[in-house]
Amino acid sequence: AKTRKVLTTDINELFGPGKAIDEVLFEELEELLITSDLGIDITMEMMERIKKKSKKLSSAEELKQVLKEELIDLFPNTSTDTSTGTSDTAKEKPVTKPHVIMVVGVNGTGKTTTLGKLAMKFTSQGKKVLIAAADTFRAAAIEQVEIWADRSNSSIVRHKAGADPAAVAYDAVEASIARDIDIVLIDTAGRLHTQKNLMEELKKIKRSVNKKMPGAPHEVLMVLDATTGQNAISQATLFNQAVELTQIALTKLDGTAKGGIVAAISSTMKLPITYIGVGEKIEDLQEFDASRFVTALFD
Amino acid sequence: MFENLSDRLDSVFKKLKGHGTLNEKNIDDGLKQVRMALLEADVNYKVAKSVISDIKERALGQEVMQSLTPGQQVIKIVNDEFTRMMGSEHQGLNFDGSSLGSIMLIGLQGSGKTTTAGKLALYLRKEGRKPFLVPVDVYRPAAIDQLKKIGQQLDVPVFESTTEMKPLKICQDALLAAREQGCDTLLLDTAGRLHLDEELMAELKGIKQGINPSEILLVADAMTGQDAVNIAGSFDKALDLDGVVLTKMDGDARGGAALSIKAVTGKPLKFIGVGEKSTALEAFHPDRMASRILGMGDTLSFIEKA
Ligand SMILES: Nc1nc2c(ncn2[C@@H]2O[C@H](COP(=O)(O)OP(=O)(O)OP(=O)(O)O)[C@@H](O)[C@H]2O)c(=O)[nH]1
Ligand SMILES: Nc1nc2c(ncn2[C@@H]2O[C@H](COP(=O)(O)OP(=O)(O)OP(=O)(O)O)[C@@H](O)[C@H]2O)c(=O)[nH]1
Ligand SMILES: [Mg+2]
Ligand SMILES: [Mg+2]
Repeated sequence: AKTRKVLTTDINELFGPGKAIDEVLFEELEELLITSDLGIDITMEMMERIKKKSKKLSSAEELKQVLKEELIDLFPNTSTDTSTGTSDTAKEKPVTKPHVIMVVGVNGTGKTTTLGKLAMKFTSQGKKVLIAAADTFRAAAIEQVEIWADRSNSSIVRHKAGADPAAVAYDAVEASIARDIDIVLIDTAGRLHTQKNLMEELKKIKRSVNKKMPGAPHEVLMVLDATTGQNAISQATLFNQAVELTQIALTKLDGTAKGGIVAAISSTMKLPITYIGVGEKIEDLQEFDASRFVTALFD
Repeated sequence: MFENLSDRLDSVFKKLKGHGTLNEKNIDDGLKQVRMALLEADVNYKVAKSVISDIKERALGQEVMQSLTPGQQVIKIVNDEFTRMMGSEHQGLNFDGSSLGSIMLIGLQGSGKTTTAGKLALYLRKEGRKPFLVPVDVYRPAAIDQLKKIGQQLDVPVFESTTEMKPLKICQDALLAAREQGCDTLLLDTAGRLHLDEELMAELKGIKQGINPSEILLVADAMTGQDAVNIAGSFDKALDLDGVVLTKMDGDARGGAALSIKAVTGKPLKFIGVGEKSTALEAFHPDRMASRILGMGDTLSFIEKA
């Protein structure tokens, strides 16, 4: 019963006018960082840093600013690796056609939905998009991604349920070359990073894409659920080992979870967070912005 | 990935020669390590805090048992406290002898409700009941199809929902259809939703009022982080849960969410999901959860014998 009314800390109360820098404030900040799922390591590191800096600061408000900046610094500057056409830097990249994006992640994080949203984003830019229905395992996964292809005006390559996903991906790339497609999005089945055989299957999908088109896949996007806690680190590490991730999308940020764990992933693995999911509709995709993300931790 | 809690505790207590009494000073050092382990396992901040203060109260002044090191003694106290919180036995489903039972599965998007519906259908059939799968998710693309396919695979009848129907109407019609088809237990697979979504939460309340399910189960992902308290707390407040199913326990998540959910709702965790297949459902055993959360493996079974 004690814990029932706990729930959120009101940060404005924390940093209200005239609030002093003291132990109580530090404890509240520690709680804020932990409950945002930043993880114990980053939290401890941040607390140490702001405690050091606090000696030169006079108000809680200033301290909050310092903390925000420290947190934003955990995200490496948006590199040239970010996804096609989303940033100015990406435009300078040699254009590969088709540009192949493979979407991976554990079960139920929002891979198919994010892929559908991305398809829409690209088709509305006038690009020709093809979706590979390479989740041949989960019940009605093919039917689900078909609806997204329909909604986004993309074409689709599908085989029967239970078919070899690597063959689906291969055929999709082949068809895309023949049909002058700009972007190929490969929907893969959710799998836990600890399942060796399923991770091998994922590698095989990647290899078969590469066999059809050297250099492909050009992006491997891991979709991470913002509700996830510390396990996200293990997910990112093992998916990265298997298929070399190039970017991360963070979904379900429309809930109350803060998704702070991406800070650890971004800073230690140097992986850019590119998109955020903020709902179930096709338009609920935004580009990740570190400063807005960090500000939201304090809401 | 993490240093084992028992190793950490042993290093904290190595100054404490042989066996002694746990006192204010040495217990604090030890509990700091326990707290870290809880937070690393995703136990909620506030829940960890209250667990630690309860443990401290129990531990102070305790003589270290002959057979244990002080570190092991602390772990034993932690384990006892966990058991007290989580309950010690598995709790099953309760149909109160009603001739037509129903289980309503609710939770966030992607937590595993539809998969769990299939698993429970199989489980109930083994228990001698006649399950009826009811797709109540009219929103997610191909959600009805998904449950239909699961039903086909298991040879369990599935109600013919359509996306044009209202969720409450689906449930009401399914009650009648279940009787006609000779089924005795409905499995209501509702759409994933955020606990913040007032409209969709009201929809669940409407279904609850309309058909009075025998069991309302929250389906939650074992990988959930700190937000577990908000999620479980809100669903419980709105619907007064009967229990919880923790899915995706086949991974390497430490599963601290289990403790958070129990602390906030007081409701029993009834089942765990341990894979994608319909057979991958197990009864929840509270005692095994403690060693998993603490990342202890075998140490605990040794201590339990002490
Ligand atoms: N609220 C919210 N829900 C989302 C978001 N992204 C996806 N979802 C929902 O999460 C659930 C799972 O999404 P999917 O796209 O099927 O997830 P997936 O990773 O493809 O799942 P598997 O293929 O089964 O592993 C669905 O109910 C989606 O509508 C988001 O940003 N916010
Ligand atoms: N590894 C593993 N995967 C699971 C488990 N339970 C469910 N899944 C997978 O998690 C994903 C989501 O499961 P669903 O049953 O579709 O989840 P849901 O809660 O019905 O999703 P929405 O209806 O979109 O809210 C699927 O890929 C399932 O196969 C489990 O215990 N272990
Ligand atoms: Mg999918
Ligand atoms: Mg479902």
